[in-house]
Amino acid sequence: MSLLHIAILSPLLLAIFVPVIYKISKFLHLGWFVLPLPVILFTYFFSFLGDIKNGQAVTSSVEWISFLDISFDIYIDGLGLLFALLISGIGALVVLYSIYYLDKYKEHLNTFYVYLLLFMGAMLGVVLSDNLIVLYAFWELTSFSSFLLIGYWNEREKSRYGAQKSMLITVFGGLSLLGAIILLYVMTGTFSIREIIAQSDFIVSHELLLPTMILILLGAFTKSAQFPFHIWLPDAMEAPTPVSAYLHSATMVKAGIYLVARFTPLFGITGEWFWIVTIVGIITLFWGSFNAVKQTDLKGILAFSTVSQLGMIMSMLGAGAASVHFDFLDENIYTVATAAAVFHLVNHATFKGSLFMVVGIVDHETGTRDIRRLGGLMTVMPITATIAFLGAFSMAGIPPFNGFLSKEMFFTSMLRITEMGIFNLETWGLLFPILAWVASIFTFIYSMILFFKTFTGKLDPEKLEKKPHEAPLGMLIPPVILASLVVIFGFFPDLVSTNIIEPAMASILPDLLGDGEKFDIHIYHWHGLKSFELYMTIGVIVVGTLLYRSLRKWDGIYNRLPKQVTWNYFYDRGVELSQLGAYNFTKSYMTGSIRSYLAYMLIFFVAILLWTIGYKDAFALSMEKTSPIRVYEVILALVLVAGSITILAAKSRLTSIIALGAVGYTVSLFFVVFRAPDLALTQLVIETVSVALFLVCFYHLPKLKREERVRFKLNNALISLGVGVTVTLIAMSAHSTKLFKPISEYYVENTYELAHGKNMVNVILVDFRGFDTLFEICVLGIASLGIYGMIKLRLSGKGEQNEKQ
Amino acid sequence: MEILMSIVIGFLFMSAVYLMLSKSLLRIIIGTGLLSHGAHLLILTMGGLKTGAAPLLGEHAEQYTDPLPQALILTAIVISFGVTAFFLVLAYRSYQELGTDNMERLRGNEGHD
Repeated sequence: MSLLHIAILSPLLLAIFVPVIYKISKFLHLGWFVLPLPVILFTYFFSFLGDIKNGQAVTSSVEWISFLDISFDIYIDGLGLLFALLISGIGALVVLYSIYYLDKYKEHLNTFYVYLLLFMGAMLGVVLSDNLIVLYAFWELTSFSSFLLIGYWNEREKSRYGAQKSMLITVFGGLSLLGAIILLYVMTGTFSIREIIAQSDFIVSHELLLPTMILILLGAFTKSAQFPFHIWLPDAMEAPTPVSAYLHSATMVKAGIYLVARFTPLFGITGEWFWIVTIVGIITLFWGSFNAVKQTDLKGILAFSTVSQLGMIMSMLGAGAASVHFDFLDENIYTVATAAAVFHLVNHATFKGSLFMVVGIVDHETGTRDIRRLGGLMTVMPITATIAFLGAFSMAGIPPFNGFLSKEMFFTSMLRITEMGIFNLETWGLLFPILAWVASIFTFIYSMILFFKTFTGKLDPEKLEKKPHEAPLGMLIPPVILASLVVIFGFFPDLVSTNIIEPAMASILPDLLGDGEKFDIHIYHWHGLKSFELYMTIGVIVVGTLLYRSLRKWDGIYNRLPKQVTWNYFYDRGVELSQLGAYNFTKSYMTGSIRSYLAYMLIFFVAILLWTIGYKDAFALSMEKTSPIRVYEVILALVLVAGSITILAAKSRLTSIIALGAVGYTVSLFFVVFRAPDLALTQLVIETVSVALFLVCFYHLPKLKREERVRFKLNNALISLGVGVTVTLIAMSAHSTKLFKPISEYYVENTYELAHGKNMVNVILVDFRGFDTLFEICVLGIASLGIYGMIKLRLSGKGEQNEKQ
Repeated sequence: MEILMSIVIGFLFMSAVYLMLSKSLLRIIIGTGLLSHGAHLLILTMGGLKTGAAPLLGEHAEQYTDPLPQALILTAIVISFGVTAFFLVLAYRSYQELGTDNMERLRGNEGHD
């Protein structure tokens, strides 16, 4: 157990002690006890930066379940470290923010911080594990803790709905991921990501490649809210705002991004990977930004905006994978897409985190998040407005903030797809930059809505539940830190590129690097007048501004879109129909009637046995070993058949009981004929007692019942005929194929020698196989005790009497 | 003889199953009685019906019938008797308590599903 393992597990360990601390400390907000941990973790992970920058990976391993190849391996490279820094850094800010956001007395703080710490530990485990099973375990823990956090205010209907929805969708993806992990293990025989990637050439030519890839992508797309699995994210906004800021903008939704980036060295060479990842990403980008414009809830805007930005990162990762096809690092113009993806990942975490916190502040200080009621807050909340300004303009991609830089790089990578000349891109390639450009216009519009509708215009205090004022300092510190990062990364992008992007790219595209080589990424504000990207950005700003000004005139199109074709509608109907279908299906065969269950069993019995006889060609009929037919036996057989026909045809029950007795006595006559004296005796006595019992039963029948014949039913007749035929066929074939001699010779020889008895049947019963008899006695004992109990005990009657008293 | 017995046993099974699929509880129990007769005869038949003396050493015969299936059947008869007796008293009690022997009416309470 190294320090690294302890670091990853420390949030989980602290989560155990949180309720205890909560009980002890009533004076200080619980968050203060949690806050040091992410800060320490952040500095700890920060200390790895130097090593990772020099291309050294940090590894550590602990045995867990060695006979299943599962060990808790940690592997930190550029990509893992980037995520670890995001998780611990933003985690610290979110904890600080939540101290001021959540009330100490009104909220159940202990559960909140337990869930949050669970999530933090799980997320660190996901991004730093090298063993896929361990990764999967942490992956499910993120889904689970996210479920708990979304449903934090569990007395609200909407919270529970959102939590359930996100759980269903992300667990569906998680199970797909598990399927992919198992397939990878089948192919390679290892769970280690590094060893699997080392066998990339083998896997890429394997026939299971496509299923594995699709299953992994299902896991990634559901977690990262890609189209059409994005629907859980807007409903997850019912969570407290610190949770939305942490999970649903900066960390958990990027777990899918992490997965795609992590497996790019494995699958990136294939065309399918490029097509699926890029197209799904670009559709998500467009759909998310298009839908964000129509939202009236600030968090709704941010949720769709997150969906859209995640799609953008995803599409860039897909496009960047294409660079593996061009081997020369110096001239490889396609690596820019991967660099842009990593850069935008960082940027998005900064500005989206700050925007969520701003929205939380607005909600906290005014009591509403509805943009139709908000407006003119700039004068009362100047600091919040400034942060929102920085975040929104960075999100819109306006210079000089960091969002502008990554958007430029995004345009560059999308434009270069059109020149790629692989994967049959000739005509369709043009669609990528066009969609990207249109989506960017929508991004611009909703960013402007977010800022201007909230902070400018006329302040109308009557619409607000509280009198608005500036937030407390502690609540402002985290968004201020994030917003200043927006500006710092905007002006000094090389800080990010050399420290973060280059090592992360080295883990996403390791094949491009020779020994000792490094990526050399420089991010420029100014590409020169010749670059087409500049004109695209200008176009976005111009068209975006025009559309924003004329929003009233065209936002009617959202109402035109039919409500019934939204993905939410499909999801809701799907859940509803699956419940209804399962209910109806069960109701259709679980009728409560014992006859139908018996019929199912017998039909199955007949079908499977007859099918087996037919399929195996098992029927045999041989007359060789049969004994001769004698007149006695024929007569007895006829009596037996006549008796059972009488039972079937009898009108009164008395007749059938007597006929049953006749059958029983005939059977005992059969025993006589077939030389079984003990059986004959027993059968005779027992049949007599049984018939007596039947008569007792008959006597106590309800008097009003009128006697009637067994009604003929064709189905029942067919089933019983089938059973009879099956039994006959099996009996015949079993008798005709005797494989070995019976063991009875032994009994015949040894009954007297060993057991000193002359009645073989009795000696077998009490000597050779005495245990059977012992338990048969038990059966009789239990039956008699049961009968006694049934007759004597009247518990239900007693209960009624008690109630009366 | 075994072939003929197989057919008779098949007939017993058929009648038993037809009775067990009927509505009346008493007929179902009669069906189980027929079914156990069928099963006992089936065991005996499958053991072989070769003629020989009864399995008593005092007979001093050349050949005896197989004693093992007889022992098995004896056990089975007693067990099926125990179960039948229990079942009959159960039916008797349910007549007393519920006032019906119609299986279609003996269902779980609809309100509880």
